[in-house]
Amino acid sequence: MDKAKTKKQYNSNTILLFITIALFIVLYAGGCVAYGSKGFTHFQTFLNILITNAGLICVTCGMTCVMLTGGIDISVGALIAMDCMLLAVGMKNGMGAVPMIIIILLIGAVFGIFQGFLVGYLEIQPFIVSMAGMFFCRGMTAVICTDQVSITQEISPTFYAWANAKIVLPFGGYTNNKGKYMAPYVRPAVIVALLVLVVIFILLRYTKFGRSLYAVGGSEQSAAMMGLNVKMIKMKAYMLSSFLCSIGGICYCLNTMAGSVSQATGLEMDAISSAVIGGTLLTGGVGNVIGSFFGVLINGTISSIVKTNGKLASSWPNILTAMLLFIFIVIQSIFAAIRERKKA
Amino acid sequence: MENNVVLRARGISMTFPGVKALDNVQLTLRKGEIHALMGENGAGKSTLIKCLTGINDFEAGEIHIDGINGTIKNHSTRDAQNVGISTVYQEVNLCPNLSVAENLFIGREPLTKLHTIDRKSYNSRSQKIMDELGISVDVTQNLENYSLAIQQMVAIARAVDMECKVLILDEPTSSLDDEEVEKLFKLMRKLKEKGVGILFVTHFLEQVYAVCDRITVLRNGTFVGEYPISELPRVKLVAAMMGKYLNDLESIHKENKDFTNAPMEISAKGLSHTGTVKPFDLDIHKGEVVGVAGLLGSGRSELARAIYGADKANTGTLEVDGKPVKINQPIDAMNKGMGMLPDDRKAEGIIADLSVRENIILALQAKRGMFKLLSRAKQEEIADRYIDLVQIKTASRETLIKQLSGGNQQKVILARWLATDPDFLILDEPTRGIDIGTKSEIQKLIIKLAGEGKSVLFISSEIEEMLRTSNRMIIMRDGEKVGELDRELSQEGVMHAIAGGEG
Amino acid sequence: MSKKSNSKIYWNKLKNWPLLLPVIALILVMAVNIIHDAAIGENPLSFFMISLRNTTTSGTILYGRIIDIINRGSEVAILAIGMTLVVSASAGTDISVGSVMSLCASFMCMMLAGYGVSSTTTLAMPLAIGLLCAVVMGIVCGAFNGTLVAHLKIQPMVATLILYSAARAIGLLLCNDLIVYVRNPSFAYFGAFTGPIPTPIIITAICIIIVSLVLKKTALGMYIQSVGINARASRIAGLNSRLLIFLAYTLCGLFAAIAGIVASSRITSADSNNIGLYLEMDAILSVALGGNSLGGGKFNLAGSIIGAYTIQAITTTLYALGVSTNQAPVFKAIIVILIVVIEAPPFKAFVRKFNASRAAAREV
Repeated sequence: MDKAKTKKQYNSNTILLFITIALFIVLYAGGCVAYGSKGFTHFQTFLNILITNAGLICVTCGMTCVMLTGGIDISVGALIAMDCMLLAVGMKNGMGAVPMIIIILLIGAVFGIFQGFLVGYLEIQPFIVSMAGMFFCRGMTAVICTDQVSITQEISPTFYAWANAKIVLPFGGYTNNKGKYMAPYVRPAVIVALLVLVVIFILLRYTKFGRSLYAVGGSEQSAAMMGLNVKMIKMKAYMLSSFLCSIGGICYCLNTMAGSVSQATGLEMDAISSAVIGGTLLTGGVGNVIGSFFGVLINGTISSIVKTNGKLASSWPNILTAMLLFIFIVIQSIFAAIRERKKA
Repeated sequence: MENNVVLRARGISMTFPGVKALDNVQLTLRKGEIHALMGENGAGKSTLIKCLTGINDFEAGEIHIDGINGTIKNHSTRDAQNVGISTVYQEVNLCPNLSVAENLFIGREPLTKLHTIDRKSYNSRSQKIMDELGISVDVTQNLENYSLAIQQMVAIARAVDMECKVLILDEPTSSLDDEEVEKLFKLMRKLKEKGVGILFVTHFLEQVYAVCDRITVLRNGTFVGEYPISELPRVKLVAAMMGKYLNDLESIHKENKDFTNAPMEISAKGLSHTGTVKPFDLDIHKGEVVGVAGLLGSGRSELARAIYGADKANTGTLEVDGKPVKINQPIDAMNKGMGMLPDDRKAEGIIADLSVRENIILALQAKRGMFKLLSRAKQEEIADRYIDLVQIKTASRETLIKQLSGGNQQKVILARWLATDPDFLILDEPTRGIDIGTKSEIQKLIIKLAGEGKSVLFISSEIEEMLRTSNRMIIMRDGEKVGELDRELSQEGVMHAIAGGEG
Repeated sequence: MSKKSNSKIYWNKLKNWPLLLPVIALILVMAVNIIHDAAIGENPLSFFMISLRNTTTSGTILYGRIIDIINRGSEVAILAIGMTLVVSASAGTDISVGSVMSLCASFMCMMLAGYGVSSTTTLAMPLAIGLLCAVVMGIVCGAFNGTLVAHLKIQPMVATLILYSAARAIGLLLCNDLIVYVRNPSFAYFGAFTGPIPTPIIITAICIIIVSLVLKKTALGMYIQSVGINARASRIAGLNSRLLIFLAYTLCGLFAAIAGIVASSRITSADSNNIGLYLEMDAILSVALGGNSLGGGKFNLAGSIIGAYTIQAITTTLYALGVSTNQAPVFKAIIVILIVVIEAPPFKAFVRKFNASRAAAREV
């Protein structure tokens, strides 16, 4: 009897993941049916979602890791803005693309260590720490430069080349109405994002550090009692988040090719909502990056549908995402209630 | 160090702000023995354990461990584990969201060549460990899917597999039923044979005599003595722990009254709560003390919760004072003159960060409603009166309740209900985890309340104390009310009824 | 008793004073102002000077930097009241207040101007109805958050995340993607002056007084703290935990609406994208700065209010020092970190240990 019961419970998280994936498929299929004539059915539309959201995928992976420990990192949007601004200003002042990227990754890691130290070792609430981090990065962006700085071909040919490089896929193309074969492509940023996704997936599932993130989220006290260095684990989680966010920042910059103070505002909320839609609990201990990935795809599909429609007000993606978030957390809470009842 | 001694602590002293928690305490633990650490609340048991496991930094004294030269001082539980001291607490310190196997191996997972976790190997190793210890679980399932007893055993298995020399069990049996306790004892004996030194902390005297070899007694932060079990019969043990008022418990006697013609206070018909307690009928007369006997999980708490509305009853009717009432939540019950002291003091009793005064007047204030605030002077008067009446030991009425000892916290909760002047009081394990002195005070209070014409529903896992105080007992088994005993209440009779079966 | 130990007692008392932190922060801000004024050759006390000035638009008004701070800090102070209750009752924060402010303002201006009208000087309906709309909208939003948190048991941050991202967008939708201007003096009154005093100050004062009275004369304060510390135990003791948490969020929504009215009246328009932007952060910060634990439980309303004005004082001071609007957050961040680090228990423990070892060294 015990076993039958456990099996059902074990599945509720998996069911949630299936719902997420199913929702994505339904949304996407809905988009295809409604806007097929506008080219929504092309494989490239899907790839475009990936291209636009490459940065967000990286950020959400990091966010998932932090959320697994029961924390939150709302500094990511601002950090991306700072990264983009640094990239733009740095390259404008003659730095090479590669050194700038290394600098940015280092800054991300150091910034993360600092936030992680405050959360892990000084036990300050993650929300407050990352809120301060957000203020800091947003302000620093303005300190670096208050104007919008574009990255043009003259400023950095290398970076420009990366941004415009097309990696053509050998399948899924179509012939357009002029009879020309349109090969589907992705940008290098997508490859980076997918790599990050795979690495974090392996990290969370198959490494000591990954499992200790779950342990800390499950019960911090227990994790400490079992001899895990909770403080260090938390610090590493925030470091990872900021580091991945910096990678995301580079991907993001490859899309926007500019640095500006108001860039990526609210991106932290996109990342959090993606993770939540993907089944990650803010209380920690439950979630995985596959879910988060589909969360990002759902967000991306909604924006894409609204964009393809062309007549809907620009505020609709926000409202729809919020509605989805609402539906998902209600489902989650119903699942939790069922689980509680079964236990009782 | 002697050959067979595995842990020796000497002259341990430790002060908390204003309190000398430990004063020159010693402890000697031998290989392959189960050693009870006894003492009343505030005797310093948990402080001593925390010193051994590195949670507290003691100020003076030294600790020796077999196999390590010189004294050791742990600064974290990890340090303690490294020298072979593992602890299993009452609240299980494992991660519910991880699998059993992961809980066994976290922090020391076997790795593959690629430095990733070798899941296969640790799953099979975990299964082997659990099988060896005779614990039947599927190690790939999440821990949260198993009962508390199993979780506790997993915690012990983890400690054992980490090759601990010293296993500290801090009140592991408090939330287990008898069958589970027996399983745990089996496991403990097995470990004893393996040569582990087990330090066992418990409030249950019978359990001490069931498994232990030696007893160390602490009182008020000082060392009283170390005795082989055979040389310390119960009465002497209690005497060592308490120092005085030994005969208090014996002197508690209820009046034997016939209640058949007394007016009815509570009359429940077919009350139930889905999943926890099946429909039951229950009548309680005015001035009567009714005991509820049954094992943990038999529905004894749930029965009370259904009456009180803590878990809303799904079926049935309830009459209070002969009038039908509808109870959806606790406040409805309170307005009908009920009160309930819940069994989980920490989770459902105290409001930790509020003062003793606020904790005492809380229920009365809730009953009066938000807009009829008791004046500060009135609050203080009430608080002082009950601090005095139930003898709460607190620095002042403005002391935060979390700073009091468990027994005094319980008294504050009792005071909270007495302040509402209830006609019917439900006491769910009011004496669990508190010292014997307070226990007898609470029992006396129950009898006094009954004498004032109030009715009491008294739930306890100690049949003896219910026998002393109750006029009648109802028996719960598997979520069902299976019987009532009123005449000739005896321990044996009750036990038989609880156990059920053909007998 | 010697004089030294006497002073020690006072020092200990001071150290445990709950308002210590916000007051010190406030004093520091003032000190910075005095030094700055002195350095640039102005009267060092010009920060504190209040004078009457004649203006062509509003007649005789109070003028001075302090007045300016109290005036501009009104919205945050009003939000901080609601936020304090929410934090206390549910150990979580309501991050939707800024967006809800914007939504309430948009709804109100849309009602006052009529749908699709981008600018008007005459009101399409009585002002009272517009205000009522804003208030009702605020309460509805608060109730929505409250339902999610209290009844569906969703973590406050996630629950309020929904309106955080949706409310502003809905407001924009209500305004047909326009910035709706309501250039009507009766509407502008709430952001202007009552006699010489800025009306927002008066509105804030009224809010604070009412809430303080309610907390003093009813058991609401104790109820909320009790639920915040231990909801289950509070329920057994006869409190309706759900209702109280719901109430806290609803009140928070109500105060967001009031703040939205003030903010929108100041600029006589509903600028959906900018009203209340980042104000949720300031409100949360006020609560933390006021010495309240964001982990819920005990609260100190006075602390939150002082915290709110301190934040505004910091912002105003930074602008006075020539820091641009966009750069100011850097300093805010540094101040926040300094405050929370000083308050952090591990840091305090470290300082204690450090002091102890130094004292020990001295004795040797």
